[in-house]
Amino acid sequence: MAKNFDIPAPKKKPLSLQLDPKKFEKATDEEKRQADVMAESSTFFRDGMRRLRKNPIAVIAFVILVFIILVMIFAPMIVPYGYSEIITVEGVRDKSAANMAPFQYSTMEKEYMQKYNVTVFPHIFGTDELARDYFIRVVYGMRVSFLVGIFASLMVLIIGTIYGSISGYCGGKVDMIMMRIVDIIYSLPDLLMIILLSVVLRETVDFSSVPIIGKLGTNMVSMFIVFGLLYWVGMARLVRGQILTIKENEYVLAAKSMGASGGRIIRRHILPNCLSVIIISTAQEIPSAIFTESYLSFVGLGVAVPMPSLGALANTARSGMQSYPWKLVFPAVAIILICLAFNLLGDAMRDAFDPKLKN
Amino acid sequence: MAKYIVKRVLLAVVTLFLVCLITFFSMNAIPGGPFNGEKAKSQAVIDALNARYGLDKPLGQQFINYMTGILHGDFGVSLKTNREISTIIGESFPISAKIGLMAIVVALIFGLILGCVAALNRNKWPDHVIIFFVTLFTAMPSFVMASFLLLVFCIQLQWVPVWSTTSHNYILPVIALSLPPMSYITRLTKTSMLDALGQDYVRTARAKGVKPTKVIFVHTLRNALIPVVTYVGPLTASILTGSLVVEKIFTIGGLGSKFVDSITNRDYPLIMGTTIFLATIMILMNLITDIVYKIIDPRIKLE
Repeated sequence: MAKNFDIPAPKKKPLSLQLDPKKFEKATDEEKRQADVMAESSTFFRDGMRRLRKNPIAVIAFVILVFIILVMIFAPMIVPYGYSEIITVEGVRDKSAANMAPFQYSTMEKEYMQKYNVTVFPHIFGTDELARDYFIRVVYGMRVSFLVGIFASLMVLIIGTIYGSISGYCGGKVDMIMMRIVDIIYSLPDLLMIILLSVVLRETVDFSSVPIIGKLGTNMVSMFIVFGLLYWVGMARLVRGQILTIKENEYVLAAKSMGASGGRIIRRHILPNCLSVIIISTAQEIPSAIFTESYLSFVGLGVAVPMPSLGALANTARSGMQSYPWKLVFPAVAIILICLAFNLLGDAMRDAFDPKLKN
Repeated sequence: MAKYIVKRVLLAVVTLFLVCLITFFSMNAIPGGPFNGEKAKSQAVIDALNARYGLDKPLGQQFINYMTGILHGDFGVSLKTNREISTIIGESFPISAKIGLMAIVVALIFGLILGCVAALNRNKWPDHVIIFFVTLFTAMPSFVMASFLLLVFCIQLQWVPVWSTTSHNYILPVIALSLPPMSYITRLTKTSMLDALGQDYVRTARAKGVKPTKVIFVHTLRNALIPVVTYVGPLTASILTGSLVVEKIFTIGGLGSKFVDSITNRDYPLIMGTTIFLATIMILMNLITDIVYKIIDPRIKLE
């Protein structure tokens, strides 16, 4: 290419603005590098994560959640008690171990420890009225709450997204009819309906033979069913609104003109663009599901009996509140911590991934 | 406007009908009739009772009968106490309504004040303190709040008797009921106040030399109130559902604790009657809120 510079320039006319190549020199490699884009390209996700990491509240909430999750996973492996196991010393039921304060040992345990010179694993949160280790019950209660929260919000996510995207994408009459159905379900008093259906399903259906769900009890199954029936409408509305705006974009028109099918357009073009909104509202759905679960447990429509849940624990603790206030404090603080962490993280995610939505 | 109101009323009626439908048929799905008492009755007696109460008719006919009864204020008879459900509701609802109304007023007043204070002191300590507590209270289910209040003020400090029949024992239930919605109203007010404070007309008013208090109350707050008005419907629903557990905890004999008792006792007609009654209130409140919202804010496009 350098040769080009050697070509004698055509004779310059006096008034011509023609440039003389000889007056130019080649850019060096260093100079070329300067023209390169300095910043690394950043994806939408990475951008949002960066903003999220800079938010101290989000980091604290995340750390609390990770801590809770680690406790939930590993505590049952470390603590040698079961959630429905009554404390025994050398195979004998320890009746004196009921309603102990945190880190207290019963007389039988003290004798046992002196006799063999060993330490019995401490009861971190004390014991309940049936001499069961309270810490492990709270941990299992948290497990139940988490499971309910995540499972319910996943169900809301799936049903709401599918319904909302069909309604928003089809538009016209289909949209109108689908949205009227949503309007009606939306105005149903949800908690009353949940209570009602829980009562009915408890009486009519038996899930005890189903593996994991059977252990949680019919009430939980009915709660999931009701969540699936009622709570998805908010998500469906949200997704529909998003899709209505996104589908007007040119790239959707381009895909359509190239003959892409409706399903492909929804999956490849529209859903990825409203993903952030969907993820955020799913995260915000989790605490509300946990709230509902604890509420139902409190009313007496929660998990089946030996299985603890935070709401049920708080409810049982209420009767002995005067003498054993800590039994109320532990599950209550656990609910507050979990909900607070999810709320704060959800808000921070909304701010980080969707700056437009911020207040 | 008239078209919107008609449409909205129709939607409310359909919803209400659906609530009745769901309630009626789900309660009928439960095995066992109302006359399955402890003493076994002979088939002839049961048949006679069924005929007396119209339970031998097809389900559709029964539903129509039940609906006609409800429209005449007849919810049927409680299984446990053999009393008219309308009497039970009539006795217990005024108590719930009293506490509920107090809670709504408290939540609205304090929510608005705190929200304004937070917005006007943005990023200063009052804002931080208010937002801290508001965030904490939104993460607290009403029954946890109620139990804590009971634990602290009745048992530890003994400021309020745990149980008394005088009206001052309404203080704690009202606080427990109003704190969660109050937190929400505070957040809502803060957001909309900040939004309104940034508007051009507020700047114009300030530039003209309008007194700061007048700017806040006349120019800003009036516009900031609109989102709060839309929350009154959900607020009622939240207070009503909250009252179910709060009344139970504070042993107040309102409709809420009757409802929870009816669930524990499996008193199906009472569950049915209370559900329909509470649902009606919620749906009506939502309807009123929606219509008022459209009236006070002409900027909102009528669908």
